Amino acid sequence: MKRTDSRSYRIEITRGADPRGKFVRDSFHSFGLTRVEEVVVSDIYYITGLLDQKQAEHIARELLCDPVVEHYDVGEAQVSMGSFEVLFNAGVTDPKEESARKAISDLGIAIQSVKTGNNYEIKGTFDTGQLQKCAELFLYNPLIQHLRHRDEEAYSPSKYVFHSKVVDLSGDLLALSREMGLSLSRTEMEVIKDYFGKERRMPSDVELETVAQTWSEHCRHKTFLGKILFDGEQIDNLLRKTVMQATREIDHPLCLSVFHDNSGVIDFDEEYGICFKVETHNHPSALEPYGGAATGIGGVIRDILGTGLGAKPILNTDVFCFGIPEFDFTELPQGILHPKTIIKGVIRGVRDYGNRMGIPTASGAIYFDDAFLYNPLVYCGCVGLIRKDRIEKRAQPGDTVLLVGGRTGRDGIHGVTFASAELSGESEKSCVQIGNPIMERRVMDCLLRASEEGLLHSVTDCGGGGLSSAVGEMGKETGVTAYLDRVPLKYEGLSPREIWISESQERMVLAVPKEHLERTVAIFKHEGVEATVIGEFTGDKRLILYYRDKKVCDLDMGFLHDGLPMPVKKAKARTIPPSEVDIPKPVDLNSMIIELISGLNACSREWVIREYDHEVQGGSAVKPLVGVLGIGPQDAVVVRPRLDRKRGVVVSCGLNPGFGRLDAYKMALSVVDEALRNLVAAGGDIAKAAMLDNFCLSSPEREEVLGDLVLSARGCYDAAKCFRVPFISGKDSLYNEWVNGRGTVYSIPPTLLISAIGIVEDIDRCITMDLKEIGSPIYLVGETKDELGGSEYFRMLGIRSGTVPGVNFRSAPKIMQAIHGAIKKGMVNACHDLSEGGLALALCEMAFSGDIGVEVDVKRVPFRGERLRYDTILFSESNSRFLVELKGGREDEFTALFGGLPIARIGRTTAERCLKVLGGERKLVDLPLSLLRKKWLRKVV
Amino acid sequence: MKPKVMIIRAAGTNCDIETQHAFELAGANVERTYIDDVQQINLLDYQIIALPGGFTYGDDIAAGKIHANEIKHRYRDKFMKFIEKENLIIGICNGFQVLVKCGILPGIDGYFEEQKVSLVANDSERFEDRWIYLRVQGERSVFTGNSKDIIILPVAHSEGKFVAKDDTVLEKVKGLTVFTYVNERGEEAQYPLNPNGSTLGIAGIADSTGRILGLMPHPERHVSYIQHPTRRNQGENGEGDGLFIFKNAVNYFKS
Repeated sequence: MKRTDSRSYRIEITRGADPRGKFVRDSFHSFGLTRVEEVVVSDIYYITGLLDQKQAEHIARELLCDPVVEHYDVGEAQVSMGSFEVLFNAGVTDPKEESARKAISDLGIAIQSVKTGNNYEIKGTFDTGQLQKCAELFLYNPLIQHLRHRDEEAYSPSKYVFHSKVVDLSGDLLALSREMGLSLSRTEMEVIKDYFGKERRMPSDVELETVAQTWSEHCRHKTFLGKILFDGEQIDNLLRKTVMQATREIDHPLCLSVFHDNSGVIDFDEEYGICFKVETHNHPSALEPYGGAATGIGGVIRDILGTGLGAKPILNTDVFCFGIPEFDFTELPQGILHPKTIIKGVIRGVRDYGNRMGIPTASGAIYFDDAFLYNPLVYCGCVGLIRKDRIEKRAQPGDTVLLVGGRTGRDGIHGVTFASAELSGESEKSCVQIGNPIMERRVMDCLLRASEEGLLHSVTDCGGGGLSSAVGEMGKETGVTAYLDRVPLKYEGLSPREIWISESQERMVLAVPKEHLERTVAIFKHEGVEATVIGEFTGDKRLILYYRDKKVCDLDMGFLHDGLPMPVKKAKARTIPPSEVDIPKPVDLNSMIIELISGLNACSREWVIREYDHEVQGGSAVKPLVGVLGIGPQDAVVVRPRLDRKRGVVVSCGLNPGFGRLDAYKMALSVVDEALRNLVAAGGDIAKAAMLDNFCLSSPEREEVLGDLVLSARGCYDAAKCFRVPFISGKDSLYNEWVNGRGTVYSIPPTLLISAIGIVEDIDRCITMDLKEIGSPIYLVGETKDELGGSEYFRMLGIRSGTVPGVNFRSAPKIMQAIHGAIKKGMVNACHDLSEGGLALALCEMAFSGDIGVEVDVKRVPFRGERLRYDTILFSESNSRFLVELKGGREDEFTALFGGLPIARIGRTTAERCLKVLGGERKLVDLPLSLLRKKWLRKVV
Repeated sequence: MKPKVMIIRAAGTNCDIETQHAFELAGANVERTYIDDVQQINLLDYQIIALPGGFTYGDDIAAGKIHANEIKHRYRDKFMKFIEKENLIIGICNGFQVLVKCGILPGIDGYFEEQKVSLVANDSERFEDRWIYLRVQGERSVFTGNSKDIIILPVAHSEGKFVAKDDTVLEKVKGLTVFTYVNERGEEAQYPLNPNGSTLGIAGIADSTGRILGLMPHPERHVSYIQHPTRRNQGENGEGDGLFIFKNAVNYFKS
């Protein structure tokens, strides 16, 4: 055959006994589709180019097929009943394409394109309707994928013909904002109109979009920074008056850079600082869980890479709030993915991105509540190591704007409709992006190299708002001129507006002085990363953009960054439900404990943690799973960023939407307390710690929701001041709700995640939560109160009211200092904080993780309250409490550390592998550890 | 002589720093290089090549496959000369997958021949990060002489199930097996102690010379007691169970 025509080959790779098939089948079964008997999954490659059948077969045999376990077929797709071929939609990034293309070129064969997909052959007895339903539920997501149709052609994007677009501001401004998808208010639109009135012209579409992106809630946090009328009291800039104020007043020597860079930085040792950032990626994860979570972690890693002149990521954190996985899938509203689909997708997304980046994902939490069915929360965090002389950065006039990393496509531009060359802007479908972790890994390797060589003046990541946000922000002080036609594109057909706001992943923007440009570009090119000069920082304080020699934007930086009129919003405090609740006394505490520990919020997270490489980089010193059996749920993890030192970083978190639903202020106090207790339990010190705040709320247009924000921010202030632990960075995510077709609003409870980070001088002093020795004394530190509101016990009983735990500002910091002192002096064998599930769960976990029994008398527990009840003592979630297994013989020394603080020796560890709880003479609980462990180690999905 | 170690990395390699740390603790001079630079480097200036863990090229197509393909089709001669000079090669996790998929291991009928064994998706269809017990048949590789019978290392992979093409190959590989997943008493292990469902519990193999070693577990993640989950099982000076592998490699050139 003559090799003049381009031809396309379909190569199918099938493996006998592929565990992926079993995974898919089990997923169907978990949705109740039990008549699926077998699923055969195969990999599909479409290879197009000037190649013949022999070459296509060579590629299949030599590269695509594992000759030991797989076989290949080069030919046509067999379209048959029960066979589904899933391919990416046109224009959506195919993450495998680039590496497959490289590998084929290593074989010496040139090709034009390669597309990848999967085929699912489903065997069983069911009708086509059911089969279709199966496929839609689990095999593909129509936002990014489709089932191959017979005559599918390769995606051929249209050419973009430039036409200058001037927007008329003389009509209804609010309607215009809506029509263009700008999400700007009438007041904001009027300010923009005034600005262009003074400039004596109408704005271009690019200019209007730039202002909209810069002024968006996502970029400017208008609610948190604006004016709030809270029950008649005016608050200007809530963030500054609460979270930031606490940091200013505490004025901690640990803080090196707070609240202005991509992450907050604290002091580590003589050479390095540690930076930490947590972000949310809620809406994208609700729509496309795998891609949404992956790009969530990818984005926060870039925040760390973009801190100062580049930090090295050393740890990822992940915290999720999901709906109840048992939700009946036939009841699922249209447009909502099933919790199981979301859970599996989100976990695999974080896993695949974090693991491929070579960053340990080792700290996190998962919370289940039916309120998150409609709007799951996905928090992703990253910790980095940064040289102290690279924390400051500033782009200088004359520096080049260097764009590095992946190419720009239509990913995440108001949606993914590809109907026309340019999107209408009407689509409400939020950004759906696909991540390519290996591109980000390359960017990271090269960026850190360039930073190491001292070549850069400034670095930032391309996140929300894309180039508009990254370039606009970096050039804020100087002014910048950029040429949009120089931006490398994935495919043709993008308008300048789309190039400017695209949220394609794995891109970063650098300010490089001209004398270092050649070397910087060479570093990136060497490892296969595109580095393109797209403009220059000027001195004119204007944002000027060109597209093919036409000026498409010319804005004053002052107007762009400071011209936003801050809105005034009304807020009010929610009525807190009555705290007096009458509950029947439980008949059998044994069965109550069994039910509690197998509950969704109490049970083991091992099924998730092992999917993450939590030990890569070799620095893990206290792991997320501890104890002789490797299952113990450790309160905080510790990593050593420098392998030749014993200095460590301890990371923990606190989260409790159950408290938030009842009392936002006390929730904030509680989660700060929880994050810090976790940190202290592992050997951390609140005097060497800092925190991040991440608020998630529903719509702040509702007064009581904004009231929740005010109250929880005030809680943050009070708690930070109480413990003298500063906030160094944070984020708020609003509008976390879902409206169904009939206009019913489903909102989330106010949910505050506090992430804590601390410096540990000697990791040999850190301890874990599992019991270590037989016959050692067990102490309960801290006061137990009748505080069961929002507890797991009340959830079990179906009670949604009661008193939410508070924090005693006087004793709480002293307790934490004393615990730290005891651990540092080596008196403590094991220490565990009391949180969800209270004393009962903490006792169970310490015992079955160490495989050592325990016997306690609850009558000895320091209790304050009117009615002493055993269930209250066992299940109350009062704050500032720890369970301690002391080293035998250190009792006096230990109690002396606590002065007049509430502590009591409540029992001892035993050789008999049982949990025994007494109430004075009365036996309340007697359960074998093996049973407890079995109930607790359930796999949720 | 202090041997020189060349750690070769590609896009997605991510255990190179800790592997360097392990070799340095063992007393070697270590350099890291990007695969494209192997073209300009004289590999014979080095005595040990290490292919570290990670997800080269995203493990797209199959784990280690693209990196293996590139070594086989672009650097075959350089590697052959390196092997013929009786130097050492170690592949850890992704590096083991690479050695197997480019046909360097098990090397039954010569190197870079048709792939006869493979490392495929774990039976659990999950990524597995966990600590496991290994029985070591130390005499089969220069990396593992004087080993304890049972050592403890972590694994972290989703494609580590060892399979052989047929029984003839498996029979030959039995004699080349250096590491086997076992329980704490040294007996045959079931999941999760055999974390991936490997045939005969095979976790690592050497070629017949013993100079080329590949294993799925991560010895570089257990060079110090600090890295062990309960910090027990520490050797002299707080050494972890994995360090002796790197020390043996270094000592091979000292003697």
